Amino acid sequence: CLLSLSSLGPLWKNWWVRGILTLAMISFFFLIIYLGPIVLMMIVLIVQIKCFQEIITIGYSVYHSYHLPWFRTLSWYFLLCVNYFFYGETVTDYFFTLVQREEPLRILSKYHRFISFALYLTGFCMFVLSLVKKHYRLQFYMFGWTHVTLLIVVTQSHLIIHNLFEGMIWFIVPISSVICNDIMAYMFGFFFGRTPLIKLSPKKTWEGFIGGLFATIVFCALLAYVMAGYRYFVCPVEFNNDLNSFQVDCEPSELFQLQDYALPSVLQSLTGWSTVKLYPFQIHSIALSSFASIVGPFGGFFASGFKRAFKIKDFANTIPGHGGIMDRFDCQYLMATFVNVYIASFIRGPNPTKVIQQLMALRTDQQLHIFNALKVHLIEKGLLPALEEIIA
Amino acid sequence: MTELRKRGAVPVPDSTDGDNISDKEAEGVDTEAECEGDKADTPDVPPSSADNTPECITKALEGLPPRWKNYVIRGILSMAMISGFFFIIYFGPITLILTVMTIQIKCFHEIITIGYRVYRSYELPWFRTLSWYFLICVNYFFYGETLADYFGALVQREEPLQFLSRYHRFISFALYLAGFCMFVLSLVKKHYRLQFYMFAWTHVTLLLVVTQSHLVIQNLFEGMIWFIVPISIVICNDIMAYLFGFFFGRTPLIKLSPKKTWEGFIGGFFSTVVFGFILAYLLSQVQYFVCPVGYNSESNSFTIECEPSSIFELQEYTLPTALHNILGWETVQLYPFQIHSIFLSSFGSLIGPFGGFFASGFKRAFKIKDFANTIPGHGGIMDRFDCQYLMATFVHVYIGSFIRGPNPSKVLQQLLLLQPEQQLSIFHNLHSHLRERGLLPPPQA
Repeated sequence: CLLSLSSLGPLWKNWWVRGILTLAMISFFFLIIYLGPIVLMMIVLIVQIKCFQEIITIGYSVYHSYHLPWFRTLSWYFLLCVNYFFYGETVTDYFFTLVQREEPLRILSKYHRFISFALYLTGFCMFVLSLVKKHYRLQFYMFGWTHVTLLIVVTQSHLIIHNLFEGMIWFIVPISSVICNDIMAYMFGFFFGRTPLIKLSPKKTWEGFIGGLFATIVFCALLAYVMAGYRYFVCPVEFNNDLNSFQVDCEPSELFQLQDYALPSVLQSLTGWSTVKLYPFQIHSIALSSFASIVGPFGGFFASGFKRAFKIKDFANTIPGHGGIMDRFDCQYLMATFVNVYIASFIRGPNPTKVIQQLMALRTDQQLHIFNALKVHLIEKGLLPALEEIIA
Repeated sequence: MTELRKRGAVPVPDSTDGDNISDKEAEGVDTEAECEGDKADTPDVPPSSADNTPECITKALEGLPPRWKNYVIRGILSMAMISGFFFIIYFGPITLILTVMTIQIKCFHEIITIGYRVYRSYELPWFRTLSWYFLICVNYFFYGETLADYFGALVQREEPLQFLSRYHRFISFALYLAGFCMFVLSLVKKHYRLQFYMFAWTHVTLLLVVTQSHLVIQNLFEGMIWFIVPISIVICNDIMAYLFGFFFGRTPLIKLSPKKTWEGFIGGFFSTVVFGFILAYLLSQVQYFVCPVGYNSESNSFTIECEPSSIFELQEYTLPTALHNILGWETVQLYPFQIHSIFLSSFGSLIGPFGGFFASGFKRAFKIKDFANTIPGHGGIMDRFDCQYLMATFVHVYIGSFIRGPNPSKVLQQLLLLQPEQQLSIFHNLHSHLRERGLLPPPQA
């Protein structure tokens, strides 16, 4: 079917290909959301592996280090180690009861950090033993390159998974903001673009940047409104050990319950409404979309600078018209880290299961001390009846 | 001494030459921008600064042959460093933290300076500022986490500290992002590759040096013995492997470090295990070393006083029959910590040297003899501390996995942040748990 486009001029053909692929990717996105958390986790893992491979391949071509002994094996080995470490931590946190039930899992979980560290050390020692006289510098470069890539790609993909477990809305809204900002900035730039934005990316313009900012904020607020009504998106993903499956069912937290907000008088006179019903989450979504539009593009500039520095046009040629997976995901990673930090700072308290876990691991005198402190705190807050009745 | 390579000289058959040529081939259009990048891949390291040995020592040793002079200088400095070590232990935790921090900054500075020399990037705009800025950010993040954990009571008292502590991660992330954006804005057309190299170099250095120095500080808070014993083990292994190698050394160990021998390695291993065992015995008796460093909010100072935990109390161990026959003792009184020290010494002797080999490989790769010339006869601070960092990480993971439970004040902190319903349910859980254990009076009928 692409042959039918050959009759059009090459510029139009490129746009068509890009457009079709864009729609294909967005539809795929909807499909996997529909399929649920497990599929999403696997997709994140696959994307991460592909991005890692793309960046490492660039390293190989920059340094001509195909023939370095052991190095391909070691890079993949380190990827496995770091993933093992992160997935182990996630599994221990979220699937606590499942892990406690199975004996081998329990041991793996208790000594998880030690096992991961031992695995990493083995890789480190293998690296040292593999140093070959004429290739020291190359080998150190590739070692550094691998570690920086792991730091950027793997840790941030795990932050994405943490966001996902918080509730699929924390996964969908940020990714959609970045995609929307990309598309809107492109459109505004196409129609109104005049002043160049930054020398690194000559095609970007201030008009596109600002237009994209406003359009994304509006789009996100609307998307947040639509999604906050559905439990499937809003509830944390939990593992039900009786059913042995994931369930996404809960009492939505306050963030996802409509509340009345008094409009400032300016807007009041404009629209004639005195209050408006909003989800508090929509206020948060404004913060998220602002970040995606203002700071997110710096991730893209970083990747552009990287491509110029190493004289490559795209990270790879996986997606026709768009380049490699990394080309599509460069801004996403920064966004995912921001969302994770945002949730941890402003939204989520600590995970109660984890707190109980830690409590039970303490010594009994420490437990007693905490018990008394908690008792005092709860009584102050009026959540517990007075002292005498507790003992009864 | 230092292997110098003059720029533009007759090409020396070496891997770096190969890089130069193949890199030129790889890039199609060879513009001016290329040259920077190419030269960066085959850098020319200018000679390091002059010898730092003080005048007085040089004068005193004038009569001796150069080899002996080197030994004497090394010996004097070794003893000076070890005395310095004892001195700062005596001064207590705060001094130790400050020392660790100073060392960390110095190591960071040494490695970054090597990066500058390798890439000749002194003139890169902003880069020195950005490297130090990232160092400050990462340190701020780690110290903030440590302070919030260990000085919970102090932090809760002061209003601005409470605010900083609650939004700590967000503030650290925002600071880091500001540096990241400054980096992107500072990218200059002709220097892209250099700038990316330095960015990566800075981050890898931060990862290695700064995170591990914070692990050292966390080990310290666990109890000074967890700081002193590992460091002593590494120092002892260094010295013992050197002595065994000097007297008995015959079979080379690894091509990376031709001076090391199997005899030194194995001799060092056994003597370090014995040394660690004895040192653990001596230190376990002193509360000053064994107790976790606590902060007393009333007296606003550090207190190191506690009921020593069970690993620091003498216990009877039955000897296996082999030793029983040799020594004639049935049981022996040991501190459990001494058993742990055997594991720590084994790691320090067997795996620790890989940290040293890594650093040797690094120095060879970048054609430098030493990281710097700070310590006469020994090189830079990083030269002395390369094995220590791996050891510190191991000790931290070891403590986390086998010794320490979670930190109670941190658990309480988290509890107080939970939703009221969750707090209530945990409260009732804990209540029944403690009652089962008999720590709480049973319910009155």
